Amino acid sequence: MATDIRIDYYPTHEQEGIKFRRGHVLPFGATMVPNGINFSIYSSEAIDCTLVLFERGESAPFAEIRFPEEFRTGNVYSMIVFDLDYERLEYGYRMDGPFNPEKGHRFDKNIILSDPYAKAIGGRDTWLAKPNWDDIYPYRSRLVFEDFDWENDHPLETPIEDLVIYEMHVRGFTQHPSSEVKNPGTFAAIRSKIAYLKELGINCVELMPIYEFDEWENSKENPVTGGLIVNFWGYSTVNFFSPKAGYAATGKFGMQVDELKTLIKELHKNGIEVMLDVVFNHTAEGDHRGHTISFRGIDNKTYYMLTPEGYYFNFSGTGNTLNCNNPVVRNMVLDCLRYWAADYHIDGFRFDLAAILGRDQNGAPLSNPPLLESLAHDPILAKCKLVAEAWDAGGLYQVGSFPAYGRWAEWNGKYRDGIRKFLKGDDGLVGKMAQLVQGSPDLYYYRGPTASINFIACHDGFTLYDLFAYNEKHNIANGENNNDGGNDNDSWNHGVEGETEDVGINQLRHRQIKNALSILMVSQGVPMILSGDEMGVTKFGNNNTYCHDNELNWTDWGLLKKNADIYNFARHILRFRRAHPVLRSATHFQHRDYVGSGFPDISFHGTQAWKPDYSDSSKCLAFMLDGAHAKNGSIKDDMIYVAMNTYWDALYYELPVLSAGRNWYLAVNTSMPSGEDIFEIGKEPILSEQGRFLVGGRSTVILVGK
Amino acid sequence: MKVTIKDFDDIAVVEVEGNIDSKTAPEFERNTKVATDKSSIIAIDLTAVEFMSSAGLRVLLMLYRNVKAKNGKVVLVGVSEEIQDVMSMTGFINFFKIVEKQDEALSFLKQD
Repeated sequence: MATDIRIDYYPTHEQEGIKFRRGHVLPFGATMVPNGINFSIYSSEAIDCTLVLFERGESAPFAEIRFPEEFRTGNVYSMIVFDLDYERLEYGYRMDGPFNPEKGHRFDKNIILSDPYAKAIGGRDTWLAKPNWDDIYPYRSRLVFEDFDWENDHPLETPIEDLVIYEMHVRGFTQHPSSEVKNPGTFAAIRSKIAYLKELGINCVELMPIYEFDEWENSKENPVTGGLIVNFWGYSTVNFFSPKAGYAATGKFGMQVDELKTLIKELHKNGIEVMLDVVFNHTAEGDHRGHTISFRGIDNKTYYMLTPEGYYFNFSGTGNTLNCNNPVVRNMVLDCLRYWAADYHIDGFRFDLAAILGRDQNGAPLSNPPLLESLAHDPILAKCKLVAEAWDAGGLYQVGSFPAYGRWAEWNGKYRDGIRKFLKGDDGLVGKMAQLVQGSPDLYYYRGPTASINFIACHDGFTLYDLFAYNEKHNIANGENNNDGGNDNDSWNHGVEGETEDVGINQLRHRQIKNALSILMVSQGVPMILSGDEMGVTKFGNNNTYCHDNELNWTDWGLLKKNADIYNFARHILRFRRAHPVLRSATHFQHRDYVGSGFPDISFHGTQAWKPDYSDSSKCLAFMLDGAHAKNGSIKDDMIYVAMNTYWDALYYELPVLSAGRNWYLAVNTSMPSGEDIFEIGKEPILSEQGRFLVGGRSTVILVGK
Repeated sequence: MKVTIKDFDDIAVVEVEGNIDSKTAPEFERNTKVATDKSSIIAIDLTAVEFMSSAGLRVLLMLYRNVKAKNGKVVLVGVSEEIQDVMSMTGFINFFKIVEKQDEALSFLKQD
């Protein structure tokens, strides 16, 4: 009621029955204020700005209000418009200014632009629903209600060394009919799989991009099937503040925000953190041939890195590069992450091609990148996990040297490559393995093992199953003549390319998957697994499935039964990691006994105890962790001995002698058939021979000393 | 949309007919306020509602909070499967007891 509002919330202007007044410059975006909505948008070069208002779904706007000159403060236009229907409103802007690409300007007042700060975007509300290609404003800014009842939820703040990250694609996870969920492919459907995630034992889901993107972007016919190729993965952001409506079963009702928040709240209730894979390196607007959606028409020169000729620098491999170290863009990134941390209770972020965030406005790497520093020291993000994909498509590779400010962790690409080569049986890897299982102190000596996000497979590249089933990538279906996707896969098909009926080969492949999962789970650092690897998902050798909305990306839940041995193993090896704090240190090993237990915190061994063989031809490495040193000696744990053998034959490994009264028990032996390959915590059988153990060819053995 | 408020002793029953969207939600809200002024034991009968937008769900949530603040009770009656689904996926359902028929609601609300 009017009597309840402050005097400064009275309209001062009117145009065709719509009342408005000068607005607040901050926050940017559209914000509900008493009786009205405050609109605020930045442009450094526009000479004129118009607010365009639509009734939801209508093709023509119901009003266009030009910002009076006196509503501009500096480079910010702001206005409060009264008596609008928050729920039915869609809005955009027209910006007038020079169109002069050589000078970096691409203004076009004929185009209606999305608000970079919109909290929801309409237009792609249902996944793959055919868009109206004639729409004068296809990606429509909307408001969201900010009244979600979180009850007592807040980010979980699990210590990073205790995480097991599960990288998942929202749609891919449940879209396959075998997932047997009510609304396949949605946030809601993930909720119905929480019991599964808990049973598996992960405690963090990392969602591949969920910011609004357009699955129709660059859509074309599939050369193999004749079907449609789409932007499935979503590494192409339309708006950084809006969840993808097409990922919500309620997106058609405009309730994607509530649905996503409900999912996060429910995951948190079950002890599972939520990390977002965020893509700040480029946008969906593409290069000079791309569409103008938002940034380009608002302030091209501010938002993008431009060549002296006015073309787009392309360090992302996808057309354009966001100008992240421009102070305005830097603030937008910060505002965005703060919003997701505060309003969505997000626990952490993984930054796609993060090396770009450390480049200056001409593309040169900065020694002290202000954006990365700001994020690391931000008070609102203080407890969030910050994870960098520490390279970019422009050739900047910063694994081990990413500017970390004591905060940032990295996807450890060198871990992935080293483990793959070792499992394949390559020479000269034993010394490298000794580093990798310690959390790569050679890379992260001053940062600790938690700087290392360890993974062997992720969305990009082969699945874990395909890593051991294919020598070559098979990407013909992507329509790029098999030229896309990485060639350095370090994979091995074990004798036959792809699927085979050969029992021996299939057994060996399964054993290699178990070897990989075992090594990943006993390595210091933070393990990450690709969703579906726990049941042996295959993409049939395609190592770059970004464009497929089909079985190549949909998890086939039937594999849980078909590959029951892999799933059973995965579940138990995750439990093993959880049960043993000595596997989850936040600090590097010191290679000495600093608690007086009689054993160093870590020791390395070969087929002879206490004598690791680091020679070039060696394929054997064992290490022992002393449980008395767990968490720097603050918790007591068992001794753990891990023997890795990538030689083709079985070899006896001499076991270190335990202190009096303790014995070695068998926890894992990947050379044994399912049922005897891994044992439940507390039910490990005692070794009949305590002095040595026969480790099968291409096998991993884990013993517990207690 | 048509809203009728009925009194059963100290229980107020709000019967709604038609869709609840952002256009009709304010009227729905006014009526629920009338009902909560009379009683803090409320049944909202949505048997004749086919569609409810987020604005409608938010009126229900506000009603729930009002009633809860007065240590009252609220029951929803005859909520269609589709609306229940939306309520479930967006977290609203956790706040409400839902029954199929008005008499079930009355007997539930009469319990201590």
